[in-house]
Amino acid sequence: MKHLMTGNEAAARGAFEAGLKVGSAYPGTPSTEIFENLPQYREHVYCEWAPNEKVATEVAYGASIAGVRSMTAMKHVGVNVAADPIFTATYNGVGGGFVIVSADDPDMHSSQNEQDNRYYAKFAKMPLIEPSDSQECKDFIKEAFALSERFDLPVLFRMTTRICHSKSLVEFCEREEHEPAPYKRDVAKFVCTPANAKRHRPMLEAKLAELEKYSNQSPLNTEEINGTKIGVITASIAYQYAKEVFPADTSFLKLGMTYPLPMEKIKAFSKKVDKLYIVEELEPFMEEQIKAAGIECIGKELISNQYEQNPQRLNEEIYGQKPATVKVDSVAVPRPPALCPGCPHRGFFYTMSKRKDFVICGDIGCYTLGCAAPLNAMDSVVCMGGGFSVAHGMAKAFEAMGDNGHKVFGVLGDSTFFHSGMTGAAEILYNRSHVIPCVLDNSITGMTGQQDNPGSGENLLGEPAPTIRIEDVLKSFGYQNIFIVDPQDLTAMQKAVDDALSSEDPAAIITRRPCLLIKKIKHERGLCRVDADKCRACKLCLKAGCPAVFMEDGKAKIDAQLCVGCKVCAQICPFGAIE
Amino acid sequence: MTKNIILVGVGGQGAILVSKVLTAGLVKAGYDVKMSEVHGMAQRGGSVSTQVRYGDKVYSPIIGLGQADILVAFEKMEAVRYAEYLKPDGVAIINDHAIVPMSVAAGQATYPEGTIEAMQNAFSCLVVDASRIAQSIGNARCQNIVLFGAMTKILGLEEIDWVEILKETLAPKILEINLLAFNKGREVEA
Repeated sequence: MKHLMTGNEAAARGAFEAGLKVGSAYPGTPSTEIFENLPQYREHVYCEWAPNEKVATEVAYGASIAGVRSMTAMKHVGVNVAADPIFTATYNGVGGGFVIVSADDPDMHSSQNEQDNRYYAKFAKMPLIEPSDSQECKDFIKEAFALSERFDLPVLFRMTTRICHSKSLVEFCEREEHEPAPYKRDVAKFVCTPANAKRHRPMLEAKLAELEKYSNQSPLNTEEINGTKIGVITASIAYQYAKEVFPADTSFLKLGMTYPLPMEKIKAFSKKVDKLYIVEELEPFMEEQIKAAGIECIGKELISNQYEQNPQRLNEEIYGQKPATVKVDSVAVPRPPALCPGCPHRGFFYTMSKRKDFVICGDIGCYTLGCAAPLNAMDSVVCMGGGFSVAHGMAKAFEAMGDNGHKVFGVLGDSTFFHSGMTGAAEILYNRSHVIPCVLDNSITGMTGQQDNPGSGENLLGEPAPTIRIEDVLKSFGYQNIFIVDPQDLTAMQKAVDDALSSEDPAAIITRRPCLLIKKIKHERGLCRVDADKCRACKLCLKAGCPAVFMEDGKAKIDAQLCVGCKVCAQICPFGAIE
Repeated sequence: MTKNIILVGVGGQGAILVSKVLTAGLVKAGYDVKMSEVHGMAQRGGSVSTQVRYGDKVYSPIIGLGQADILVAFEKMEAVRYAEYLKPDGVAIINDHAIVPMSVAAGQATYPEGTIEAMQNAFSCLVVDASRIAQSIGNARCQNIVLFGAMTKILGLEEIDWVEILKETLAPKILEINLLAFNKGREVEA
């Protein structure tokens, strides 16, 4: 029986079949569902959400050192966070098979950049595996574990949004257990002193040379000879697009292992065809190496390195064929994402939006959406956990410029606080800036689809877990005035901001109300309604930026399907027209 | 021959559930099926699209402009936004329902007039008052399955027993109302 499943589900299944014993990850689109699909195998696999990607990688690597097969998974920018342990793990080598899944996001569907993480394989010197559909996600990840053990290296398993989130048919196999040898301390291998690192350095090069030999024979790299005129070397999702665009007599060299490249195989393939194309999404990762090896080919001259590919776009780039489309005589206005109706933290951003002298350094996640009109309550968003530290930097710059007019706030969510925001909170205190750190605590990791974190009281397996209280952390650092407030109460919210601003001692704000999308909590729901007689069409209620509130026939109106009765708009209305 | 369907709407309208039912039926009927959906930031009240492709052998899980045989729009302005994806002889199935984006609610933009007429001038269209039909049977949220019911008539594929598929895919507590919604959708005259 075949199962229609996403690449993420299939990768989880493959890791289970491969005998995975320990997995640790931090959620991030498009990788999240890999680990959401591991608890179903809990009888065989220990899995968890770690506070961040670096911790997750270290946990999985630790398990590998202890001897078991282990895995971590993260979105592409998560690998930046995890880079430190990865670059040492390649020098040291592994115990049990160790697979690092990077889920890249070409087109930035849900990301701040579209970095091509294949370069990490070359940079950190580890093998790179790229599946092109769900079946390969399952099968190739098993091969990745085997390779990791055979070559004593971590393996980078690179997926992309369309691999992670598209469904195709998958056939299952049984799980194969891999019983580890009893643990024995190995200082020379796993303690990264300079002396050991120096010894590891040439060993790593030797491993890569062996890997290249393997790559030339790997069953993951396959030739499909259909003709001699055109040859295409391709990998990952680009293979699927190329199969639809090039004519039937095109020969393919489809690569599942893309670092080290099977250069001998590539040379041999290039001799079998008159014209060679390299079809890859994003950067010319393969093409640069193939051209450097002196092989003539066509790639980025035609195929853009920006945004994601699709068959129609590739057809246009290769053959110049524009698709036949019909123009519709109407124009859709943009519909950007917004904070959900009833998002408990709308009240925070509404309160912040009223002051022009506030500088607000935001963070990754739902709260990035505080930047959107009409709230417009954000000056910068850089990276996970960056809210506090960027705010500190701005505050120091204002000090240096003698600018006393700006009040600087750092804003992040509970999950981001535990991810890498705590260090920024320490920085603000240690180096004395007048930044007010604000943690918007919705008791969950929201944007990625409600995953638990150290502050939420449960773990990935849905078991009760110790709750680390944000206020206890801040207090232990030395924040003396911590204002904990329900952001949906606009009066209390305003008071918390005013009190924090006037505090002589270091102050912080925690706005606390759980995300409405958390299913295990019974949320009180109501419905707000506009009394049309009382409404004077002042449009102040629209300033809340709630998708449920709009104007119709000159009066405010509330969409009954969207409204959850948070009453933020009702508190804003100066005429008491909303009840 | 691969058939391409693109389902578009606003995050939360239930396009993913429809594509789940649709693909379950297609798999059962023995087709090779691929489907692509969006998660994360893209879901938060924004414009969303899900693509389903089926045939003897399907390679790409996504399509580009001018490649869709059927466009199913859960919201009428979204039909206009994704119209470029339709083949010139493709069919649009449109929910006659507007969801006002923030920019319009805030008075910074105007919701376009005549979206359905513009679509009808360009393509063969089936307009379904799915939201009103769903409300009339007592649950506005079922508009997605009303639309799905209407869509199954355009699809052909008479060999697939969609009622059976709905029974297999939907949770028991929402099954009855959705079967009703499906049948109401089937009754819509093309």
